[in-house]
Amino acid sequence: MQFKKNHDGPIEHSLEIALERIAGLLHDRYPLSRRAVGLLLLQEDQEIQEMVKESQPAIMNQIETIVSGVKAHYAYPIDYEIALRRRDEVERIIKRVVKVKERSQGIAEKISVVMMHPVTGLPLLFLILYFGFYKFVGVFGVGTAVGYIEETIYDGYLNPILVKIFSAFLPWRILQDLMVGEYGILTLGLRYAVALILPIVAFFFLVFSVIEDTGYLPRLAMLIDRTFKKIGLSGRAVIPMVLGFGCATMATLVTRTLPTKRERLIATMLLALAVPCSAQLGVILALLGSHPKAMVLWTVIIMMVFLFIGFLTAKLLPGERPSFYIEIPPLRMPHLGNIFTKTYMRVKWYFLEILPLFLLASVLIWLGKLTRVFDFLILLLAKPVTMIGLPEQTAKVFLFGFFRRDYGAAGLYDLHKDGFLTGNQLLVACVALTLFLPCIAQFLMNLKERGWKTGVGISLFTLLVSFGIAFVVNLVLNKFGISL
Amino acid sequence: MEQKDRVEELLESLWIITVEGQKDKSDFGLLKDDEAVKDLIKRGYVYITENQLGLTDVGKAEAQKCIRRHRLAERLMTDVFVEKSELIHETSCKFEHLIHRDLEKSICTLLGHPKTCPHGKPIPPGSCCRGASKDYLKRIIMPLAELEVKRKGKVAYLQTGNRDVLQKMIAMGVLPKTEILLLQKFPSYVIQIGKSQFALDKEMASQIYVRQV
Repeated sequence: MQFKKNHDGPIEHSLEIALERIAGLLHDRYPLSRRAVGLLLLQEDQEIQEMVKESQPAIMNQIETIVSGVKAHYAYPIDYEIALRRRDEVERIIKRVVKVKERSQGIAEKISVVMMHPVTGLPLLFLILYFGFYKFVGVFGVGTAVGYIEETIYDGYLNPILVKIFSAFLPWRILQDLMVGEYGILTLGLRYAVALILPIVAFFFLVFSVIEDTGYLPRLAMLIDRTFKKIGLSGRAVIPMVLGFGCATMATLVTRTLPTKRERLIATMLLALAVPCSAQLGVILALLGSHPKAMVLWTVIIMMVFLFIGFLTAKLLPGERPSFYIEIPPLRMPHLGNIFTKTYMRVKWYFLEILPLFLLASVLIWLGKLTRVFDFLILLLAKPVTMIGLPEQTAKVFLFGFFRRDYGAAGLYDLHKDGFLTGNQLLVACVALTLFLPCIAQFLMNLKERGWKTGVGISLFTLLVSFGIAFVVNLVLNKFGISL
Repeated sequence: MEQKDRVEELLESLWIITVEGQKDKSDFGLLKDDEAVKDLIKRGYVYITENQLGLTDVGKAEAQKCIRRHRLAERLMTDVFVEKSELIHETSCKFEHLIHRDLEKSICTLLGHPKTCPHGKPIPPGSCCRGASKDYLKRIIMPLAELEVKRKGKVAYLQTGNRDVLQKMIAMGVLPKTEILLLQKFPSYVIQIGKSQFALDKEMASQIYVRQV
């Protein structure tokens, strides 16, 4: 970038002169031109400062003197002053070479207006959630696809064959249990991963990629900013939050894009507590599908917990209110190839992440059963579980939940299939499981991203809240004699 | 502090306590032997009854002018010079005493005849505000947050001491002389700059001051 040659005053002059003086001090072995390095030094870019400090430590003092001298001239930071001049220069060039033709609003612009208008935007959001997520992922993905893979393929053909093969070739009962028993690696671990979780996650990421590629997410961020400000986040946090409905572990990683530590902490906590991941969500939707009232109540309760805990945390955590801006790109028709590549990459990441854990869980449960640790833990959990009005068998489900949240929900699915639970119990169990501990992968991610104290703290907190809320829900249902 | 400045400060305090605080008089025990008080009495700006200090009608008129200059100075410091908030008061306190009558009108017009100081207290209108026609009374410069939807504004200045916020504005290309079309205000502000659209919150929209086009 070359500024105008005719400097129009002593102040403009000093910026250009300072730049020339700094450039004069630099050697020319940097990957950028000396002028570019000089400009970045004037703007106190830390990376470049480090680079120059390493390469030419002797000149740092002189540079600092020049920079502070220039800074004294201006009320605004130097980056602002440079931005002004850069803009003028860009405008000068553009005026000479670009002709802008005004054109009338196209269909994409009109849809964009509808999406962002508060009166039409919110109903549209619900339509997208309803058809995209509930109907497509929930009803079609989970109901139809999972039903078919799980019941017809797995239960109908695969499992019986596997059991037969292993019973024939593995004479030891213990090893048979490990591979094809009730909690076997193949009959439980692999089945959950492949038949239940994989299709759900694939359907979710497919919808998410479509929504992402149309450019809807920034519009959603703009719609939701006001609400998110109340819970200490900005509209930008909508991206990790929505992604959290896919995989909270992946979403926790994405909280890195949030600008302040406070926002990252609040987002991590809410992801651990009140954002069910797609696998969990899918199973829960399938469970509550036959109890519409329970489904509505579950949604309301989880949303209230999300907002209330977020609101409280924002009140308690010191720090600045986040400020929000986001670019609204033009709406685009998603490109099929891109969508499939993205969905494939995400599902692959997810599957490789969970498969070992699912298999490990089977091994651990097998070990736990052998050593009786498993029975002891179930006994330990039986008390709190009965306290929230659930049958003792569900203790097992919560123990599964420690390994993976969706694993727990999947266990609940099995339990329900056998007709163990009433409508009330189903709601209480779903609420408790949704709010329950983050899965192992997310827990490890929390430790990695937020430090071990915060990570452990978040887990204890979610454990307390999940049982607390479930207890209250059960109490209220009983008190008013409601049966769902 | 010079005697003249001291007198003006005292008039301002009395204005705040009596006129804005809606009291008749003010305690003045501590100021009994103050030179400035004696000066004010001599000029007929204040009177004393029962150990209380009150403004005379002439004094009120004079105090109103002082308070006006003070708050215009604050407005000027905040809106145009973008000082740190803790510096605004101090600088304004010194600056107000330098504002000449004609200068006061110019400043008021430049700022679009602001009605309140940065702390939200009323600025008493001057002859320039009253004499102006209804249209003229409209602020020339206003925060983007107060612009009407579908109207265009040209950025006059950015009012922020926060470097992060400033960098966000630079990233959007919101700089003086940039033309902004306000597309909507709720639930967030949506603006168009050139061919690009951005959404921003009310706080940021309040820090961008525009001249309506």
